[in-house]
Amino acid sequence: MTEFAIENRIRDSAETLPREELKALQLQRLRDLVARIVHVPFYKEAFARERITPETIRSLDDLRRLPFTTKADLHDYYPLGFLAVSREQVARFHGSSGTTGKPTIVAYTRADLDLWANLCARFLVAGGLRPEHTVHIAFGYGLFTGGFGLHYGVEKVGAAILPAASGNTARQIMLLEDLESDVLICTPSYALNIAEAAREGGKNPRSFNLKLGYFGGEMWTEDMRLQIEAELGIHALNNYGLSEVIGPGVSGECAAREGMHIQEDHFIVECVDPDTLDPVPDYEYGELVFTTLTKEAMPLLRYRTRDIAALDSCMCPCGRTTVRMSRVPGRTDDMLIIRGVNVFPSQIEEALLQVEGAAPHYLIEVERPGVMDQMSVKVEVRPESFSDKMSEMQALHDAIDRRIQSITGIRATVELVAPQTLERSAGKAKRVVDHRCEKRPSRLDSRGTADR
Amino acid sequence: MKIHQLSLFLENKPGRLSEPCKVMASAGINILTLSLADTQQFGILRLIVRDWQKAKAVLEKAGCIVNMTEVVAIEVEDKPGGLARVLSAIEEGGINIEYMYAFTFRTGDRAVIVFRFDNPDAAVELLRSHKINVIGSVELYERAEA
Repeated sequence: MTEFAIENRIRDSAETLPREELKALQLQRLRDLVARIVHVPFYKEAFARERITPETIRSLDDLRRLPFTTKADLHDYYPLGFLAVSREQVARFHGSSGTTGKPTIVAYTRADLDLWANLCARFLVAGGLRPEHTVHIAFGYGLFTGGFGLHYGVEKVGAAILPAASGNTARQIMLLEDLESDVLICTPSYALNIAEAAREGGKNPRSFNLKLGYFGGEMWTEDMRLQIEAELGIHALNNYGLSEVIGPGVSGECAAREGMHIQEDHFIVECVDPDTLDPVPDYEYGELVFTTLTKEAMPLLRYRTRDIAALDSCMCPCGRTTVRMSRVPGRTDDMLIIRGVNVFPSQIEEALLQVEGAAPHYLIEVERPGVMDQMSVKVEVRPESFSDKMSEMQALHDAIDRRIQSITGIRATVELVAPQTLERSAGKAKRVVDHRCEKRPSRLDSRGTADR
Repeated sequence: MKIHQLSLFLENKPGRLSEPCKVMASAGINILTLSLADTQQFGILRLIVRDWQKAKAVLEKAGCIVNMTEVVAIEVEDKPGGLARVLSAIEEGGINIEYMYAFTFRTGDRAVIVFRFDNPDAAVELLRSHKINVIGSVELYERAEA
């Protein structure tokens, strides 16, 4: 394991503002924001309807009177209907994939780009990045905000960048070895790909000079963190963001690694029940909603991310006063409710990764044959773990059963199936089939305010 | 003195048993004996065939998961107490039997039973010391064809 120890360094004084000062700052910025966006068509209409003006925002509680913004709203105003500045002031465009074919376009002014780089720099410094380091960025450089976002964040910190971008793993490995980079930035699954490809090529991925890795862009579990740390011999840190809010830099872990600090001087975060839209208390899972306080080109009010997380307002040992968010175990659109319990496909995946011999290829089926919901999970048997002994196969089956129950809290019927029988796909594999007849309540359509 | 047994993972679905049998039939492979162990969820099909390498290849090509395990074929007197005698010798030696099943043929008054031991080499040595006849593959196939 690397000898490198992460020092607790805090880049900006805003990260340790006393809560009362932070709230006062947020309120002032919220009022300014409301004033700035009155001419954005979607907000103009909502403000008129609800009779909202900057003066009517007297406290942070008045946030609840403001409208939510959803991905569907952004799509309705594609491409630039949410632009709050003139076209000439836009210095950059980025985009993210949409479910309907058109990407969601986001825009940045010069000031927005500087803000973005600084926000990324905050979590990079929190995780231990130093100016003398070399950083290997294996995120795609393009419309996707990951590549460019982290790039300028690293530049702010003063470290050297190797913009390896994505693809050509063999070349990435060669560069990691030859340039002796200290830090790796990519998706967590790509980190594991790199480790596997290195081993297949006869190299030991622990022998690379890497000390530290910042991973994000997709959901990943604590187990995967341990796996990455073991396989690459590095400290692995989580960060979170989404392009609509700004890109990476919305939140990131500190050295304590007990949740990701949200940059509250620039974003107001809410955690709401996706059905009722009421706030949920700390430690309870809900949908993350962000209001961008200082972005100029495309600010958003109460943007519903569809990402599920829990918040923790307690003081962090690192000294930062900002609220922390948990990992994102899933999204409102993949969450299942079975016998009243929230279950995410990622939990099943985590369970399978923990059982030796189970391949992480699975299919969840939900039915309601009588009055009770039933979940069954088909799991592919790995050829190398197939045994001629019934006792071993039964033990594998039972281990999977127990692990799923331990992680999700409910019992599923586990079925072992032959390898390669479950669908594979290049992108997101289909993991869930819900046979229940009643339509699940749609969580994406609510555009109401809290006055519903 | 060990025999090569193939085992296949079978999902508990219609057609899963006939499929490997059809595959082997098309390849001209004859099954000497078989045993099917099952739970509610899945089954394990154990087969003894003459050309196990060919059988494994054709089955894997058809998408089956196949394992090869070394098992021991023991000659047992086909009369009351025949099996008990063999079992007590094994028990005395402290060797664990995972599973067993019989061959479909017999010669004269002797049956042949397949045993899966955790440690087949130790088992063979023990059986020999008790003058119990262990049958190797060559002799087994000859008896099967007879």
